[in-house]
Amino acid sequence: MANKVFVTGMGIMSAIGNSVEETLYSLSNNRSGIEKIRYLETSHKDNFVVGEVKLSNKELIELAGIGTYNRTTLLGYIAVREALKMASITDMKEARTGFISSTTVAGMCHTELLYKGFFEGKNNENFMDHHLNGVSTNDIASHFGIRDYVTSISTACSSAANAMILGARLIKNNILDRVVVGGVDPLSKFTLNGFNTLMILDNEWSKPFDENRKGLNLGEGAAFLVLESEKWVKEKNKKVLAQLIGYGNANDAFHQTASSPEGHGALLAMQKAFKVAGITPDQIDYINAHGTGTPNNDASEGIAMQTIFKNHVPKFSSTKAFTGHTLAAAAAVEAVISILAIQNSMIFPCLNRKEQMKNLTITPVDTLEKNVSLDYVMSNSFGFGGNCSSLIFAKN
Amino acid sequence: MSDQNYITSFCSIKSSKVCINSHIDYSESSQVSSIDFLKSAYKHYQLAYPKFYKMDSLCKLALITSDLLLKTNKITENYNKEEIAIVIANSVSSLETDVEYQTTIDKNNYFPSPTVFVYTLPNILLGEIAIRNGIKGENTFFVFDKFDAGFMSSYINSLLNNSRAKCCITGWVDFYENKVESFLYTVEKQPGIMNIEHTSEQLTKLYTNQ
Amino acid sequence: MDALIDKLKGEIIEQLNLEDLKKEDIDANAPLFGEGLGLDSIDALELIVLLEKNYGIKIQDPKDAKAIFTSIQTMADYIKANQK
Repeated sequence: MANKVFVTGMGIMSAIGNSVEETLYSLSNNRSGIEKIRYLETSHKDNFVVGEVKLSNKELIELAGIGTYNRTTLLGYIAVREALKMASITDMKEARTGFISSTTVAGMCHTELLYKGFFEGKNNENFMDHHLNGVSTNDIASHFGIRDYVTSISTACSSAANAMILGARLIKNNILDRVVVGGVDPLSKFTLNGFNTLMILDNEWSKPFDENRKGLNLGEGAAFLVLESEKWVKEKNKKVLAQLIGYGNANDAFHQTASSPEGHGALLAMQKAFKVAGITPDQIDYINAHGTGTPNNDASEGIAMQTIFKNHVPKFSSTKAFTGHTLAAAAAVEAVISILAIQNSMIFPCLNRKEQMKNLTITPVDTLEKNVSLDYVMSNSFGFGGNCSSLIFAKN
Repeated sequence: MSDQNYITSFCSIKSSKVCINSHIDYSESSQVSSIDFLKSAYKHYQLAYPKFYKMDSLCKLALITSDLLLKTNKITENYNKEEIAIVIANSVSSLETDVEYQTTIDKNNYFPSPTVFVYTLPNILLGEIAIRNGIKGENTFFVFDKFDAGFMSSYINSLLNNSRAKCCITGWVDFYENKVESFLYTVEKQPGIMNIEHTSEQLTKLYTNQ
Repeated sequence: MDALIDKLKGEIIEQLNLEDLKKEDIDANAPLFGEGLGLDSIDALELIVLLEKNYGIKIQDPKDAKAIFTSIQTMADYIKANQK
C-alpha cells in the first residue's frame, strides 16, 4: 500500500489549554492543569483534584458559537475547528472526507443533570437524544458538513487510538482522501464516582511511574487530528506536521479492568505497530506512555516496554500528570503531545515523580528535555476490556 | 491470495429464540423476559462459566451468542489466538447498565457498585469474549444507528486483507428495554461448507432472515 | 458468630451474583480469592461496598482488603471487631 498517511492539522482542548499553542506553552513550562474541582457539580468537590478544561459550559457555548449543546459536543467542536483551520480545510466537497470520533461518557455529563427530573416527569427533554455515543459525533460532523464517512468508536481509554487506526486504513485503502480522527470525553459525576469505587483515583496529584503511585487523576478534553493521503497532500502542496506510520491493536484477554502482569496485550500492540511501520524498536526515540499512575497500569506497561525493547528502552514519559486521564480522548490528546514533541525537539516530563519503581529497571524522563531530535515517536493507550493500542509517528 | 472472504458460521438470539446457522436451536415462549431467557439458555447449553452471572445483560447476551457460535466451528483451534479479531457494533452502547449505575449514585442511596460501573463500557463485551476464549487479536467496538451491512462487510474484509488478522468474530449485540438482539458470525478466508461470500448483500440477507 | 457467618454467606452470594452457589456450598474458612470461590479484584471492591452498606464499616485503602477478605471467617472477625 503506497499511500502514506500524513497529519496536517490538530486541535486540542484540555486542562492545559484551549488550543495547540496553549498546550505547548503549558507542557514546556511544567504547568499542570490538575486542580481542585471548579466546574463539575458534585458533592466530591473538595475530595479530588481533576484536569478540567478551564471554561464553564456558558463560556464554552460562547467560544463555540454554534448554539446550546452539551459539553461533549462543544469541546469536540472547538477542537475539530482548530484542526481543520490548521490544515487549511474549508471546502468539504473538494475531497472525500470522513469523521471518526470516540467517547465513553458521551452526553452523560448533561444527561445526569436531567436524569432525576426525567423519571419524576419534571422535564420534557428526551435525555436519550443526547445520551447516545453517536449523537455528538453526528452533530459535530454535520456542523462542518462532513458526510462521506462518519462513525463512532467506543473502546474505553484506547478509543481515540482506534479512531486513528481506522482513519489511517481508510486513507491507505483509498476510501477517503482525508479524515478527522480523535476523541472527546467531558468530566462527569458518572465517571468520577465510578473510578472512585474502583479505588484507582489519587486524591492528590498523580505520580505516574513512581514507586508510591496511588492512582490516576481524571481529566477531560477533546483532541482531533486531520489525516490526509500522500496523494492529496502532494496535489495540494500541503504542509505536513508528521506522518502516522505504524499502529497496532490487541486484546490482553486477562481481566475486565486490570492489565496482565506481563503486559501481553501491550506487547502485542507494540509489535504490530512496528510491523506496520516497517521499523525496528531501536529506531524509536521517545515513547509517550499510557502511564495512568495506577499501581497496575504502570507496572504492567513498564514490564511490556522492558520486554519489547530489551535492555534499550528509549526515553519515555507519561504526560497524564499534566492533563489528567482524558479517557476516550486520551490517545488523541497524547498524539497531539507526541507530535508537539517531534516538532519542537522536546521531551515533556513525567511530573511529580520521586522514587524509582522497584519492579522496573527503567526510569522515565522527569525534567523537560530540549534540543532532542525525535524521528520516531511511539504513543501507547490501553483501555478497560483489555483493549491495547500503539501508534508510531514519524517526523518526515 | 484472493481478497474474497467468507461467512463460515452465524448465530443469533432474538425474541426468546436461539438460531444457529439459520435453524432454530432453542426457544421459549415470547412471554419470558429477555434476561430470564438468557439464564435458561445458559443452563440449557450447560455453558459452565460461573462468571456469566456477574456480567451485565449486554455481556451475557454477547457471551452466550459467541459461545454457541464458536461451538459450531473450530476457529479457536485452527487459528493462532493472536490472529483472531473481534469487531462488534450496536446502537445503544451500554445504556441499560448506564441507567442502572446512575441509580446507584443517587444521593439518597449512595452505594455505587464497582461491578456495575465496569459494565458501563460497551467494549467490555469484547474483553469478556477475549477472556473466555483467550483471544488476543485486534478488537474494536462501533456505535451505529442500526446494523450496517455495508460498513461491516467492507471493514472486516479490509481488516482480513490488510492486517495480521486471519479470521474475525463479528456482528451486532444490542440490549436495552425491548431492543434485545444479537447476531454474531465468523468470517474466514476459506469458503468452508457454507460458501457464503462476505458481501453487503449476503450479510443483509442473513441478518434480515434471523 | 455463626449467625453472622450465615448472614454474610447470603449477602456475598447476592452482592457478587454467585447464582450457581448455595450457602451450604461455601466453607467459611476457604479462601475467597484465587482458589476457593475464585473471586477477583472487582469482587474485592464489591465486598468493600458491602461492608459499608450493610455494616457501616469503611475501608479506605484497598491494600487492607486483602487480609480482611481472606475468608468469610476473617470477614466476620473483622466486622465483630469494628462494628460500632
